[in-house]
Amino acid sequence: MVAQALAEQIAYPAVGASLDVENVSHAFDIDGAALPVLEDISLMVEPGEFVALLGPSGCGKSTLLRLVGGLEPPRAGVLREDDISIKGPHPSRVVVFQDPTLFPWRTVWDNVALGLEAQGILGQHRSRVDAALDLVGLSTFRNAYPHQLSGGMAQRAALARALVNDPKILILDEPLGKLDSLTRITMQAELVSLWQRKGFTTLLVTHDAEEALVLANRVIVLSERPARIKADIKVQRPHPRHRGDPYLADLRKQILNLLGLDATW
Amino acid sequence: MSTFSLSDTTGVGAGRTASASRAAALRAFLRECGAGVAASLAWLAFGLSCLLWSDIGDWSRTPSLGIGALVVAAVTLLTTFSADYLGGIGHALRNRAPWILALGMFFTLWELATAKFAWLPLPFFPPPQAIIEVYTDDLPKLLDSVLASVKLQLGGYVIGAALGFVTGVSIGWSRGIGYWVHPVLRFIGPLPATAWLPIAFFTFPSSWSASTFLIALATGFPVTVLTWSGVASVSNAYYDVARTLGAKPSFLVLKVAIPAALPHVFVGLFMGLGSSFAVLVVAEMIGVKAGLGWYLQWAQGWAAYANMYAALIVMSLLCSGAITLLFTIRDRLLVWQKGVVKW
Repeated sequence: MVAQALAEQIAYPAVGASLDVENVSHAFDIDGAALPVLEDISLMVEPGEFVALLGPSGCGKSTLLRLVGGLEPPRAGVLREDDISIKGPHPSRVVVFQDPTLFPWRTVWDNVALGLEAQGILGQHRSRVDAALDLVGLSTFRNAYPHQLSGGMAQRAALARALVNDPKILILDEPLGKLDSLTRITMQAELVSLWQRKGFTTLLVTHDAEEALVLANRVIVLSERPARIKADIKVQRPHPRHRGDPYLADLRKQILNLLGLDATW
Repeated sequence: MSTFSLSDTTGVGAGRTASASRAAALRAFLRECGAGVAASLAWLAFGLSCLLWSDIGDWSRTPSLGIGALVVAAVTLLTTFSADYLGGIGHALRNRAPWILALGMFFTLWELATAKFAWLPLPFFPPPQAIIEVYTDDLPKLLDSVLASVKLQLGGYVIGAALGFVTGVSIGWSRGIGYWVHPVLRFIGPLPATAWLPIAFFTFPSSWSASTFLIALATGFPVTVLTWSGVASVSNAYYDVARTLGAKPSFLVLKVAIPAALPHVFVGLFMGLGSSFAVLVVAEMIGVKAGLGWYLQWAQGWAAYANMYAALIVMSLLCSGAITLLFTIRDRLLVWQKGVVKW
């Protein structure tokens, strides 16, 4: 099974794309008044980089992800994937949401097959679905319905549903936010090893400084709404990282300071 | 002395335990077979009530009915005692023994109250043998009526359900279509389909097409409204997921909106089935010269009350059969709901 998964990887090499966010601003209309959410965000993400977006809740992190995913157009500014401007959703940029949002009427296998089916290429690529299920360790649950899965398994299925498309940019909107702390730590490790093996560019939204530091190469700290970039911190430590590493603890202190939590911790 | 008294007490004790175990065995027997035996006795009473007294009217099927009831009594008794050897069927019968008992008692009472002592006024309350007589002697006409009703109902229902489903999906999906269809639906939908009856019967070329239209209308309204609300209530998160995976609008409708709305659609189909039955019977009574509604009307005209009850029983079997069929289809299509929804 592992051999098959590896063969799949060789057959469909996925290399990360670069992402260029240029002077992007966005606002929501609430009762006729424009509520600014993002203010002049500029960001260059290298191919294969793992970038974490960190900020207070409700600051507009998820909105930025929706713009990158192409689910909404920005009010101002441009977003580019590999120098091609983003006009709408595309399976090369897949979003994994906080809720697994598996389709309850489909089995796990059919859920994972969703992207290939939507693109009309499921017929030739059925083995990719099996490989993706192997990758996240859900092969034995292929015929289960989503309500039969635990929270962690459902989120792994959602991850497989994204990975089966071999995305160039994987967009993660607090995908581990609702999991218990043990499952969360295991899933973090799995996420890193997937990223290392597949080489896709990763954009992760989180409000957990420790999670950002354990996973990412680069942590972008955002301000309160409307979000601006407050700091761009490089995390120069190889994976796997140790949670007690004094270097990370130092960075964490720095980040919490930026988020205005210096007095409380 | 003491030894004697000791053995005496043990003897009495053993006697007591023996009688206690006999009582326990009796209780166990009664628990297992009591209802079955009672049911058999009730059917025996029914059979005897048919055969012992002579009818006060002129019914030809009384002896056969009595013999039939005795056969039921014998079969019930046999299956009660051999339930353990009959496997699933035996146990199913044993579970239903209280119902068999109640039915036997009901039939006995019915037989005595009508055919034997006329406690109920006679032409209006025919005895069971009169209804049996309808089934045996008027069968061709009854079957013709059933066939006509099923054809009319099925045609109208399928057309109405299909149109309602398509309309519901379109107005749930497209604002433009909703803008035009929604007010029309608001205005016409709540009108009982039977209110169209007089108009329908002179505008349509035949009473058959008019009735089909009315049944389709009665089915279409609830199916439309519930399909629409089902499609409209699909969470945006599902669409977002499908869109980021590269889904085109047609995929969003066919593979996201419709499956997600299906539980609502089935509620609409159930409601439509109920109201279309009402329209069917009224249409047959008033305009169509065939079908069970017409048969009822015709029987009333001849004061053939037994025929009316017989037709009513057939009608209720057909309606409940249709509902059961729809339930079966739903259970097949919505397997995934098991565990999500309490059934």
